[in-house]
Amino acid sequence: MSSLLNLPAAELVTRLAAGDVTSAALTEECLAAISQRDSSVRAFLNVDVERSLAQARSIDARRAAGESIGILQGLPIAVKDLICEEGVSCTCASRMLENYISPYSAHVIERLRAAGAVLVGRANMDEFAMGSSGENSAFQVTANPWDLERTPGGSSSGSAAAVAGRLTPMSLGSDTGGSIRQPASLCGVVGLKPTYGRVSRYGLVAFASSLDQIGPFASDVHGAALLLEAMAGHDPRDSTSVDRPVPSYTNSLNEPLKGLRIGVAREHFAEGLDDEVAEVVRRALDVYRSLGAELIDIELPHSKYAVAVYYLIAPSEASSNLARYEGIHYGHRTEKAGSLADLYARSRGEAFGTEVKRRIMLGVYALSSGYYDQYYVKALKVRRLIRNDFDAAFAKVDVIAGPVTPSTAFKLGERTSDPMAMYLSDIYTIPANLAGIPGISIPAGLSPSGLPVGLQLQAAPFAEETLLRAARMFEAATDHHRLIPPMARS
Amino acid sequence: MSYDVIIGLEVHVQLQTVSKIFCGCSTAFNPDQPNVQTCPVCLGLPGALPVLNAEAFRLAVKTALALNCQIAGFTKWDRKQYFYPDLPKGYQISQYDLPFSHDGHVDVVTEADGGAVRRVRILRAHLEEDAGKNMHDESGRGRDSLVDLNRAGTPLVEIVTHPDLRSAEEARLFLQDLRLLLTDIGVSDCNMQEGSLRCDANVNLHVHQPDGSKVATPIVEVKNINSFRFTEQAILHEVERQWELYQKTKQTIKDAPKSTRGFDPARGVTYAMREKEEAADYRYFPDPDLVPVTVTDEQIATLRGELGELPAARRARYRDQYQLSAYDAGVIIDQGREYSRYFEVVAEGCGDGKQAANWLTQDVQRELNERGLTIATFPVPADVLADLLKRVTNKQLTIKAAREVFGALLEGEETATTARIEAIVAERGLAIVQDDGAIDAAIADVIARNPKPVADFKAGKQQAAGALIGQVMRAVKGADPQQVRERLIAKLSE
Ligand SMILES: [Zn+2]
Repeated sequence: MSSLLNLPAAELVTRLAAGDVTSAALTEECLAAISQRDSSVRAFLNVDVERSLAQARSIDARRAAGESIGILQGLPIAVKDLICEEGVSCTCASRMLENYISPYSAHVIERLRAAGAVLVGRANMDEFAMGSSGENSAFQVTANPWDLERTPGGSSSGSAAAVAGRLTPMSLGSDTGGSIRQPASLCGVVGLKPTYGRVSRYGLVAFASSLDQIGPFASDVHGAALLLEAMAGHDPRDSTSVDRPVPSYTNSLNEPLKGLRIGVAREHFAEGLDDEVAEVVRRALDVYRSLGAELIDIELPHSKYAVAVYYLIAPSEASSNLARYEGIHYGHRTEKAGSLADLYARSRGEAFGTEVKRRIMLGVYALSSGYYDQYYVKALKVRRLIRNDFDAAFAKVDVIAGPVTPSTAFKLGERTSDPMAMYLSDIYTIPANLAGIPGISIPAGLSPSGLPVGLQLQAAPFAEETLLRAARMFEAATDHHRLIPPMARS
Repeated sequence: MSYDVIIGLEVHVQLQTVSKIFCGCSTAFNPDQPNVQTCPVCLGLPGALPVLNAEAFRLAVKTALALNCQIAGFTKWDRKQYFYPDLPKGYQISQYDLPFSHDGHVDVVTEADGGAVRRVRILRAHLEEDAGKNMHDESGRGRDSLVDLNRAGTPLVEIVTHPDLRSAEEARLFLQDLRLLLTDIGVSDCNMQEGSLRCDANVNLHVHQPDGSKVATPIVEVKNINSFRFTEQAILHEVERQWELYQKTKQTIKDAPKSTRGFDPARGVTYAMREKEEAADYRYFPDPDLVPVTVTDEQIATLRGELGELPAARRARYRDQYQLSAYDAGVIIDQGREYSRYFEVVAEGCGDGKQAANWLTQDVQRELNERGLTIATFPVPADVLADLLKRVTNKQLTIKAAREVFGALLEGEETATTARIEAIVAERGLAIVQDDGAIDAAIADVIARNPKPVADFKAGKQQAAGALIGQVMRAVKGADPQQVRERLIAKLSE
């Protein structure tokens, strides 16, 4: 039997809408794939078989009764385990929230349910979204379906691996410094980080509030467009959510952009970029040129400070956002505490992993009196300069194209003892978070060693439509998105 | 050697909004049902986000305008970070370097020097969220402490004064004026028992030196004082304690950092609170979950317009317009705007402000207290009381008769009307008899029948007239005692 899961999202939606396939059948196929392959991928922390089948059957019943189902038509979706859903555990892959069940749903969960999604399970991740390899999960290490010895990237490790391993057609992740785009690139799937404010953060467990955005993973651009369309839009419960109309990204998706101007930044091809990645990206640029796009050299002179700025701002905000996990109101509480201070220290000491502790300490330091101006305030100023670079660039070009990450998927365990090497894997993705602009990673082919390489496109704030159309032009002209990891071929 | 007392206050005022500052939960005072007025936002659950309650901001700006503060055109929110069980997020959303208002003042009429005015400058007023309440086991058996988050997220304005107050009494008067001002403009109920107004006092002494210079003693912050009387007592005790300490140790502000003390109302003393090992570093930084607020001049003008006449202006007007004493004006204005409006209708209607004030500060006040009513639910409307008092002014009723009518109006089931006054006066024959002939006839009769008191009066015993007046009054029901007295004395003096 040829698996439905090998089909692109666009086709699945068409078949579901036409009634050729039921949501229950598709969901069953996902659940079967998970039970067959997830023991080696380990993308899921929690799969609720009964609940997802019940959701699927209810959607099928509504369709049979002639009711309209939302645009997702009963597609099964995996959700990164830091997006709250009422009555469902939300661990953030941390011992701290191992037994935490959210009493409310995130805005995006409400939107996806209304759009006809079947929420099959909770995807693994780096603890509290801090990491670039998935190895900081307190519970399990997710493998890259292309090579089970290698990382799927992070922090949305499970979300990317679930789609790459053809366990679910789509998934939700969150991107604070590249946590959607980097794993999408390493796993050979499409991953999009929307403009800051495009998707409500209400119900997204915060890592760094001014950088976090929820975004879609899918095997193709259409899937990412569809999922974004289903969840984008204003939410009065998030003060940073922007009240701007949401276009139908899928409607315009197949219209090529005439006279597309693509910016190519010298800084993206400087030292640190692996040759095999550079080669794939250059070939991708050639594809655009052959499609009639104009390649224009641009400069992003402040991007070299992005990693430094990020590692001041993100930990500062994280140190504050994670203060609520102290063992008093919910979450892990030590059994050994004496005094109140001891209760705090032990509960946090016992339940947070090394990387989380490292970032809390970095953040506490950067915000301390005497250092605040020198670190945090300075970082905010440079952040503004990075945004200015992009504003200047987007005055000349429609999108910026370049690498997503300096290398292909590295071996699990290879960088766990070297935080700096790990941090540098987000060197090309961090600037978009600092500037608040949208970015997408799309499959651009395999390296000579057979590992996926992504192409990153970035656009001006709220130019997701342009971004998706530009991405679709490339996808339509190539076949990279049809590549399926050997372990997922059926 | 003598010294000056230097006091600055930090006052926390809960704003009277229906819902909390960053979520939709009720702000009602509800200590009996802990944690029922909560939601993911004020519980600080993972993923929840704050959204500013525009009404809280509006009331905060009105508060600052009433304190003569400047309103910032741009203001933002900062996180004040510390761990405490009543603070579920591990930080309080507050305002640090860009408060929404600054640089105001309140003029306090002191009780010294015949009402000298002390100008208390306001350094800043900022808006923040209240914390919850910790309840510790006080049985000494080491039971669990409990946390009630009903209060968490209640909007709070923190008002910080310059150290301009010079006595415990001035501090109390300032707080009383502040409460009057804020209840009057309707931004807070300032109920100290329920914690809607709380005060910290910073106290030290400037000790005069023989060479004419002054030496400051270390500053002490007395925290969480919850009544005006306690504020006064705490400061008085603190002044005494610092003075004794200074005489013993000669310790100055340079020798010791600011320390924190609590106040024990039962013993009337302040006591040392456990000091943190190192100075608290709250690691303030701008809250990335909230957007800054901009305020336009038009918005400020609108809110200023909504303030109306503030108590100090009203007090002055009552003195000029109705010739009220400061005391009477104060009693009326202290009852709030509605009471003041009631007074003004009565005063205008009866044409005698002083009489209206007497009734409002005595009869009306007494009835409200006894019946547990507010002026809004008082069964005698202002225009009806005005009608009643106008009859006194016009000498149609005696004060005594007016009181009888007032009592009868209150006994009725329904809201009093002027028609009821008319009926009661008629039924009971309370109208003053204006018939001079009848009065004179009765006087002649009484004089004829009472030679002894008449002789006594003529011999200079003024009080002998009393018995005669009483007899005339009994003979002519409804006569005005003043008129009877005048005519009787005239007759006797002939
Ligand atoms: Zn609430």
